[in-house]
Amino acid sequence: MRRLALIALFLTLLPPAALAVTPDEALKDPALEARARTISRELRCMVCQNQSIDDSEAPLAHDLRVLVRDRLMKGDDNRQVLDFIVARYGEFVLLKPRFELRTLALWGLPPAALLAGVIGLIVALRRRRTAATEPAPLSAAERQRLATLVEPGAD
Amino acid sequence: MIPELGHYALVLALALGLIQSIVPVIGARRRDAALMRLADTTARMQCAFVWIAFLALTLCYVTSDFSVRTVYENSHSLMPLIYKITSVWGNHEGSMLLWVLILSLFGAWVAGFGGNLPATLKANVLAVQSWIASAFYLFILLTSNPFLRLQPAPFEGRDLNPILQDPGLAIHPPLLYLGYVGFSIAFSFAIAALIEGRIDAAWARWVRPWTLAAWMCLTLGIAMGSYWAYYTLGWGGFWFWDPVENASLMPWLAGTALLHSAVVMEKRNALKIWTILLAILTFSLSLIGTFLVRSGVLTSVHSFANDPRRGIFILAILVLFIGGGLTLFAWRAPTLKQGGLFAPISREGALVFNNLFLTTACLTVLVGTLYPLALEALTGAKITVGGPFFNLTFGPLFVALMCVMPFGPMLAWKRGDLLGAAQRLMAAFGVGLVAVAVTLALEGTKPVLAPFGVGLAFYVMVGALVDLIERTGLFRAPLATVRARAAGLPRSAWGTAVAHFGIATSMLGIICAGTWGSERIVEVKPQQTVSLSGYDLTYEGIAEQPGPNYSALVGKFTVREGGVPIGVMEPSKRSFSTRGMTTNEAALMIRGAGQLYLTLGDSKPDGTTAIRLYYKPLVMLIWLGAVVMMLGGALSLSDRRLRVGAPKPATKPALQAAE
Repeated sequence: MRRLALIALFLTLLPPAALAVTPDEALKDPALEARARTISRELRCMVCQNQSIDDSEAPLAHDLRVLVRDRLMKGDDNRQVLDFIVARYGEFVLLKPRFELRTLALWGLPPAALLAGVIGLIVALRRRRTAATEPAPLSAAERQRLATLVEPGAD
Repeated sequence: MIPELGHYALVLALALGLIQSIVPVIGARRRDAALMRLADTTARMQCAFVWIAFLALTLCYVTSDFSVRTVYENSHSLMPLIYKITSVWGNHEGSMLLWVLILSLFGAWVAGFGGNLPATLKANVLAVQSWIASAFYLFILLTSNPFLRLQPAPFEGRDLNPILQDPGLAIHPPLLYLGYVGFSIAFSFAIAALIEGRIDAAWARWVRPWTLAAWMCLTLGIAMGSYWAYYTLGWGGFWFWDPVENASLMPWLAGTALLHSAVVMEKRNALKIWTILLAILTFSLSLIGTFLVRSGVLTSVHSFANDPRRGIFILAILVLFIGGGLTLFAWRAPTLKQGGLFAPISREGALVFNNLFLTTACLTVLVGTLYPLALEALTGAKITVGGPFFNLTFGPLFVALMCVMPFGPMLAWKRGDLLGAAQRLMAAFGVGLVAVAVTLALEGTKPVLAPFGVGLAFYVMVGALVDLIERTGLFRAPLATVRARAAGLPRSAWGTAVAHFGIATSMLGIICAGTWGSERIVEVKPQQTVSLSGYDLTYEGIAEQPGPNYSALVGKFTVREGGVPIGVMEPSKRSFSTRGMTTNEAALMIRGAGQLYLTLGDSKPDGTTAIRLYYKPLVMLIWLGAVVMMLGGALSLSDRRLRVGAPKPATKPALQAAE
């Protein structure tokens, strides 16, 4: 009994919510819960460094997880839940930023760089190949000189 | 007295650094052997003085001298000795000291092992190395002095951040820094080559061992960091696309590209300008990583503005070295001669493909890491770029890279035979397809891409083996011939195959653990049993256990497989009173290459506790693959043509005859 009392004392000293998803948060319906988990992985815990609310132990992440499940219970589809949360907390909560004007460079740069690299390589290759395989045509003066060398006495 | 000694030693190192920054360059210009040789001495002396500074600081931590501010802020007299030592670099000031320690160590190694370098090149390399070192000595002395005293001295320290009180801190940062800082050698060689305006295949041969060694350390460092995060953060994730992780991934990607392009340069005297650029970029990314992590800019653009001194100083170093390096490159690179023509389908072509995709992947990570910062600074809008973004952009690039990887070593230099290579890779294709079919049959089509990922991993693994089989003639030639050929095969060929096998192994682990893991999040009462993936865990109870500087709550679970007890798992929670923080210590049980992973949640006074239990199939392969990659690097490094100190000068024909 004394040990249990000690543990109880010990536990009151601990900060609450030391697990990411806690058992009491989970929804009864496994399909709905699975959807909640999928959505949670797309949402960021706002007080942590790049952790999704699914993985975060922060109380704020707990609130968001409950909110996600609450919306799902009310019959929202995944997109609506995300929209609802973005409307409340801003786009900062999305781990995958939406494709918009201001994220154009973010989404566009990697493929653009790859494309530029490919084009650059092709151009360089073409230039090198022509330089290597086809020597520049003889100029008029060179042709003249060649002619004199091949057929002495022609001029 | 001890901290003052350390402080003074660091000032002396700076003085030596400044001398080494200038004198050897003058010596190289004037071809004055005495001035050039000075760099050898100063590089060794710098290393000795930084060691003195570092040991002095370590002594302050070991003896818990709380009159030193950083010791007071990051240590505690009750901490175990190992954490007293590791907390030396568990904070900003000390980690910068570790940074320059490793930098000076590399400088001393170049001075010691670079006996066969041309004198002017060596002098210039050591000078450039010293520019970097001096900048960072100044940074430490002016903004991040670890030796500052407190008056009056406090009686007790504020303890090291409990999350850092882990053996991981002993391994991860030093390895990571060996990698980061090791790339400075490649940078110094590149700058020295640009100063001299001369570069040839021998240059690549000198640079490659350093790059390879740095790359090996970085590979292992990142893997160790990933494993540390995996078991510490309590939910079994191994990569978070966190900016701090990205900061270490970027130099790794660029460094991997550099390794490959240096091969082309060494063997075929081609891609010279590109290799120089990569060497500059790789170290630049290491500097950017240091800036991101050390300036506080990551937490928020505003926290950077609140204490701008350190950030601005590192930013200045960044601009100076990256800007200066690239300017010098733009100015001098056109004077370098290009050489070595090759067809697009060739070993060179495959390595160019590798470089294109690795640098694009690196750029993707860079853009994703910096974009939120830039957007916030420019418009004030806050967005997050996290895992889902990187999976979507970085993933396809890496898949493309893996698809082409087995072809590279199969193609001949200059002009390769794509069809022939494909024919020789038939076995790899076959095994890959079988792997896809088996995975589909076993796990179903739910995540539709994952089975193909498994197939890809197997294809690359078998492709690496096929390369070795082809070269040794295994299954075709008599055993004696095979043995002779295997012995005669250059170590770097073995290294390539092993490293490629390693990355595919990691990929297999990432896909399997990420896709087919299972989890249970439940509340258990004492004696209750929880089942997951064929394992039954019986909760025996929870008990308090005192630690040296914390008190722990330890849960005990007996694990059974098919009714047979196979062990006990004891996850715990540690409560550190000094900082009022709790850490979650996961219990791990390795089963084959998979792992059972158990963490404790909230407990109630009657002993009921919430638990999070995972089974992660093949998860160990992620880190095992990294170790295999590192071994591949080590094999390559042991190649006699590349060994630090090789190639032998022509004046020793007796040694050359053995070749």
